[in-house]
Amino acid sequence: MKQRRGAYKILGAVIVLFSVDSAAYAENATAAPDTMEARVQPCTPCHGLAGKGTTDAYFPRLAGKPAGYLYNQLIAFRSGRRKYPPMNYLLQFMPDDYLRKISAYFAEQRPPLPPASNAEVSGKVLERGKTIATQGDLDSGVPACVSCHGPSLTGQEPAIPGLLGLRATYLSAQLGGWRYGTRTAIAPDCMQIVAGHLNEDDVRAVAAWLSSIPAPADASPASAKSYALPFACGSQPDEDAPK
Amino acid sequence: MIMEREWSYLALCLSLLACPSASSAQEKLAAGADAAGIEKGEYLARAGDCIACHTAPESPTFSGGRPMPTPFGTLYTSNITPDPATGIGKWTADDFYETMHNGRYPDGGLLYPAMPFASYTKVTREDSDAIYAYLRTIDPVVHKNREHELSFPYNNRSLVLGWRTLFFSEGEFQPDEDKSVEWNRGAYLVEGLGHCGMCHTPINALGGSSDSEAFKGGLIPMQNWYAPSLTSNKEAGLGDWSIKDITDLLQKGVSARGAVYGPMADVVYNSLQYLTDEDTVAMAVYLKSIAQDSPQSPVSRLPSSESSLLISLGKTVYDGQCASCHGVGGEGKPPHFPPLAGNQSIQMDSAVNAIRMVLNGGYAPGTKSNPMPYGMPPFAVSLSDNEVAAVVSYIRTSWGNRGTTVSAAEANELRKAPLQ
Repeated sequence: MKQRRGAYKILGAVIVLFSVDSAAYAENATAAPDTMEARVQPCTPCHGLAGKGTTDAYFPRLAGKPAGYLYNQLIAFRSGRRKYPPMNYLLQFMPDDYLRKISAYFAEQRPPLPPASNAEVSGKVLERGKTIATQGDLDSGVPACVSCHGPSLTGQEPAIPGLLGLRATYLSAQLGGWRYGTRTAIAPDCMQIVAGHLNEDDVRAVAAWLSSIPAPADASPASAKSYALPFACGSQPDEDAPK
Repeated sequence: MIMEREWSYLALCLSLLACPSASSAQEKLAAGADAAGIEKGEYLARAGDCIACHTAPESPTFSGGRPMPTPFGTLYTSNITPDPATGIGKWTADDFYETMHNGRYPDGGLLYPAMPFASYTKVTREDSDAIYAYLRTIDPVVHKNREHELSFPYNNRSLVLGWRTLFFSEGEFQPDEDKSVEWNRGAYLVEGLGHCGMCHTPINALGGSSDSEAFKGGLIPMQNWYAPSLTSNKEAGLGDWSIKDITDLLQKGVSARGAVYGPMADVVYNSLQYLTDEDTVAMAVYLKSIAQDSPQSPVSRLPSSESSLLISLGKTVYDGQCASCHGVGGEGKPPHFPPLAGNQSIQMDSAVNAIRMVLNGGYAPGTKSNPMPYGMPPFAVSLSDNEVAAVVSYIRTSWGNRGTTVSAAEANELRKAPLQ
């Protein structure tokens, strides 16, 4: 992004120096830039430039998450299904098409993932987290995170989010939200079902492990249907499935 | 007649045990009614912004159930779909008019004045009938009305009688023969279906507003947004605005003079953007005419050493955080980045809206003519109370602006304001 802005600066200077029609430039200088970057400025204090995240552990990174997932969240914040007053407020009067464009914008961004966090839990807890994420827990009916969120945990198009680049605090707050029913999604609400089988220690362990893994070379989500989901999910309906 | 036809149709399909869906029954009704009248009714329902209150999130349109917090408790809006059991399917056009015009249910019960019948009373019988005809055509939804949750003594509906005596005067809009047809149309929309006075007229402790205070502005209860005066050019009075700037603000949500946020963004999003150019111009003509120049209030207190420190900090914050969009001289990049120099809304006696915009930011509403609005970032997380007070004081007193300084305590108080 920085590079691109630098390029614009140079372009601007060229126009000033060589343009005969300086009135056209003056008009540009007094108009808001016609870009998505300028339009999503209200998102940046919490989600960072290009949605790369900030140092605040409670605000998630948006960059590179599948557009369908981001759109589902924007709709849920707009309707109040997902509750966070600053988000509910900002999105109140936004049309669907615009929310789609905003989702597409953040989905296309690829700023580097932040360095993985140093886990603040014991090696044993971390190991438990890894087991849940990669193998699940058959005894308590918990599927492995990777079975839906992908072998490299970067999600699947169009609506299953990657889990990398998020802090343990955010991850455990969301899992807690699913467990207690304060965060819900369209039925069948698969994450609520999954999180309902986790206990508090499991949540802490899996959040710590997920936030500790280093970024893969390519953090893009897997393409749609590149692997089959283990069960039905309202957020990512399978159009081909028998009704 | 319509009722009888509906019942006999129902009886017929029950006897044949082959019932087309209720909505196809509605379509038949609609086909029988005057299509142009229904279309007009839909348009008028937009002008009255019925949808904003009578539709709950993720629920079918007009099926009610939306909570309306008031200082007296929470009201739940009613189902106005044509379902006979839980909506208004059994109502006649007379019943509907009596409710709109007089604030009384068909059984004689009293409506709480959160339903703006004190404005809707000005709506003509013809327009009321058109809205009624339109509401008959929408899909009926079975959704039982929820009991209001009002605290004592407001849960006693007979108290509404007292409110009506004090604040309600029944009567359709009477055109002013000395004014143009356009002006009268604007007045009819603003005072009637538009129910602008619900927010823009001060509300007293009894929840009422009086004619002598009409459109003089006030703090909207529960929401903590200040609805500026429409009669004072020092506030949102539009006396020195061009008609184009006024219609842009109402229809697009943004204009060369400023943009709408908060509750007014709701009104533009759900209602005003759908009005015709003619009606919008009529409203603009009327609104422009009711604005008066008020005596200039004294220029803000001469800066004490404390406030000059505040303003100097404000300039630092402004140049760092705000100037890239709003300009070093507060000129903005209109219409999307509103100008602050000369902007009435930041110089009003009440600094509530300016402080809230800095804390919470906000998007202008997405409208047909501005479908991808720009927005103001929220600074609640990154600026301290003192910095918020400083930057608001700076913009209220710079570039010829004649507002007063605000304190960190005022900024802090509004951090608690509900966001919805």
